[in-house]
Amino acid sequence: METVVLDHISKTYEKGTVLAVDEVSFSVNKGELFGLIGPDGAGKTSLFRILTTLLSADSGRASVAGFDVVKDYKTIRRIVGYMPGRFSLYQDLTVKENLEFFAALFGTTVEANYSLIKSIYEQIKPFNDRRAGKLSGGMKQKLALCCALIHKPQVLLLDEPTTGVDVVSRREFWDMLKSLKKEGITILVSTPYMDEASLCERIALIQSGKILSVNTPDGIRRAYPVKLYAAKSDNIYQLLMDLRALEWIEHCYASGEYLHFNFVSDEQNLLAGLEEYAVSRGHRHLVVREIIPDIEDCFIRLMNEGKWLSEEQIHAII
Amino acid sequence: MKQLFVFIRKEFFHVFRDRRTLLIMFGLPVVQIILFGFALSSEVKNIRLGISNAEDVSSRQIVNKIKSSSYFLVSEENISEGVIESEFLKGNLTAVLVFPPQFSNDLLHAGAATVQIITDGSDPNIAKTVVNYLTNIITAYQQESFGVATGYRIVPEIRMLYNEEGNGSLNFIPGVMALILMIVCTALTSVSIVKEKELGTMEVLLVSPFRPIWVLIAKAIPYLMLSLANFTVILLTAVYVLNVEVKGSVPLLFFETMLFIITCLSLGLLISNATNSQQTALLLSLMAMMLPTIIFTGFMMPLENMPVPFQVISNIIPSRWYFLIIKSVMLKGLGFEYVWKETLVLAAMTIGLLTIALKKFKTTL
Amino acid sequence: MKEYVIQCKDLTKRFGDFYAVDHISFDVEKGEIFGFLGANGAGKTTAMRMLCGLSYPTSGEATIAGYNVYTQQEKIKQHIGYMSQKFSLYEDLTVLENIEFYGGVYGLDIKTIKARSNDLLRELGLMPEAKKLVGSLPLGWKQKLAFSVAIFHRPQIVFLDEPTGGVDPITRRQFWDMIYKAAATGITVFVTTHYMDEAEYCHRISVMVDGKVKALDSPATLKADLSAETMEEVFYKLARGAQRSGD
Repeated sequence: METVVLDHISKTYEKGTVLAVDEVSFSVNKGELFGLIGPDGAGKTSLFRILTTLLSADSGRASVAGFDVVKDYKTIRRIVGYMPGRFSLYQDLTVKENLEFFAALFGTTVEANYSLIKSIYEQIKPFNDRRAGKLSGGMKQKLALCCALIHKPQVLLLDEPTTGVDVVSRREFWDMLKSLKKEGITILVSTPYMDEASLCERIALIQSGKILSVNTPDGIRRAYPVKLYAAKSDNIYQLLMDLRALEWIEHCYASGEYLHFNFVSDEQNLLAGLEEYAVSRGHRHLVVREIIPDIEDCFIRLMNEGKWLSEEQIHAII
Repeated sequence: MKQLFVFIRKEFFHVFRDRRTLLIMFGLPVVQIILFGFALSSEVKNIRLGISNAEDVSSRQIVNKIKSSSYFLVSEENISEGVIESEFLKGNLTAVLVFPPQFSNDLLHAGAATVQIITDGSDPNIAKTVVNYLTNIITAYQQESFGVATGYRIVPEIRMLYNEEGNGSLNFIPGVMALILMIVCTALTSVSIVKEKELGTMEVLLVSPFRPIWVLIAKAIPYLMLSLANFTVILLTAVYVLNVEVKGSVPLLFFETMLFIITCLSLGLLISNATNSQQTALLLSLMAMMLPTIIFTGFMMPLENMPVPFQVISNIIPSRWYFLIIKSVMLKGLGFEYVWKETLVLAAMTIGLLTIALKKFKTTL
Repeated sequence: MKEYVIQCKDLTKRFGDFYAVDHISFDVEKGEIFGFLGANGAGKTTAMRMLCGLSYPTSGEATIAGYNVYTQQEKIKQHIGYMSQKFSLYEDLTVLENIEFYGGVYGLDIKTIKARSNDLLRELGLMPEAKKLVGSLPLGWKQKLAFSVAIFHRPQIVFLDEPTGGVDPITRRQFWDMIYKAAATGITVFVTTHYMDEAEYCHRISVMVDGKVKALDSPATLKADLSAETMEEVFYKLARGAQRSGD
């Protein structure tokens, strides 16, 4: 069963001059942990606001748990838990006061659904009387999640919950999402961090208001159309320059400690030629091997295939 | 109902935890009232008074009465009318009491006589006080000599040099009340709503089943209560620190104030609908609301002296009407039958503003 | 002989009895790309403020571009550039106006500003956008422009505070290209980031935990030392036990 459905949703701002969301369609299944992955300005927040009935789309239809976002907006507001992109708690209220306030707002109490938030809340409970503004990024995030969960929503909509948070807190947060999924809650979460994609069951890649691809993380990786290689040497920056100079290399860019690149055609002898070339350019300790692309590789590939990047911009980098 | 209660409690948390705003909210009015109050210095002593033309029996009796009061120092017993002006300019005199040549005669035979009180109106507060004292003394003399129900009347003819209207003094109290309520209600309400927009909490509130209109009501109620508390503080300060007498009915005063507070709250809501940042909201409330309040309410500058277009504009400023009402009720002791028209105007404004504010309030972003 | 542009020894910032930065020591070479990582609340921001001459250390020594952090803060500011994700450019000024403004702030003469801004615009391919408001540019371009402006006065060191937050992967790489280019001209780059793959692009990185520098080396060495596959694991292993967090 499809819990969240977006059907050709478009949204413009500034009287139609700025296209934020362009004919977006995808759906999230019941009980699924679904990731919406893309950089700032891709249209993620607009989509969340349309789903939470805060914005109306210019065209297209959307529904949450079977309810139409326009017709049944009141029902939707009761059954979704929403965490907006910005830190949306009252900084001058304590942890406990925030939680109680949001519980009352939804006509419930902290005790009523305690089992759902228990494991998260207990981590911040020692700071019950501390004002939310004095909490660390990770703890704020946990509190915000508790507040979004307090009325036992059917659907959890989380807009960039991990932005600006360090790696440790981010991992903890994803662990929490996984255990919430076990409770049967449908979760739609957005993130600009591509490495978080693999933590979702299915993902949609979004850029400039358009969906690039919707699939499982593995499915997206498998759909990568060509062989991808990684290379490194003693002078990685020089290697990048040298590889870009070659006509028979299509794309080459840095990724972690390696460079990722692919050839214009998948021929074995090109690899041998490359190693020869690199040595002739004075590179030492050269390592070249074929790799499985990660989500970021796929995203870059999909971005390049799209028409929304200017020719000049693509040329400048790849 | 419980939701509303929790919401209101939350608003109070916000207010009480923001010490600075709280201090401004309750401290500023008191400071302002006291400041204006002492500028108007209700008790004036050792007033240097000049007497002119006190040559018959009645006038001598009045002068003796004046001399025996602790307020006056009669420095010139017989000042000629020609030097009054120059004595004022030198600052030797605060007031002059001028008797007409046939004072006793007029009083006893014609049944009415006129005295002229000339004061230095450049300080309207002192001038007004002096006039009050002298009028009281003359009235007392009249009653002692002729009884209350006689036909003999002395009509003090007052000229306040340099400020014929004698504006100022007690007028400040209702003026400051209007101003403070305007600032507190309009600015704080709009800022508190816009703050939620800035924080992103508004998004969560809107996505909750709590009805958007109730968000506004829940925001308005604490400020209504706080403003009433504030008004009480101002009133108490005026009465006990400055010895201002509330002549009219206190419940009526509170009723009218509540009406005005609702007007201001509606304005605040309207501003918060139109803005997205606290700064804009604050600037708009202060610049667009405070300045017209000061100018067009009539407590700083008399409206009668303004060009006609300004007088017309002043009609749309809510505080102007509130000011009139409070002045009538508090200072003149008039009842509702005298202020119902002004009340009606204010009520109409409130309903208009509130309707627009509620209509314009966006339940989406 | 190595040339150091940042040298600090036992640098400490104390608020009451709270050690925000607790005796940190490190040196950064000229032309080095130095990654400055840490958990939220580890003291990164406080440390960076001291290095930029924005706040006085409680104790310890530090020289930035040869100037003392206690006595020569103004000199330091002349010789560093700074860019953060939050504040970089005026959205309501045009591209050219922004460049001219920053050039003016650092006391460059009009002729130099003219010449350099021409070069800069050509290099960024922003010539046609020179008269457009910065607010109307895509985020990626803004970030690249902000970086160019931060090194417009040819500082010895440029401090970058999460410069690539939320930027798409292609623009992020273009941004790092610019960083490499700047480093090749001898500008030292001091950068913080939440993207762990970006940490790999740095020559050396330090990881701050609870106000102390817990590890400092090249990414490869750190990974080997902690037997970690990726920088993310390195970070996780180091910061997992953090006692405090909070900015």
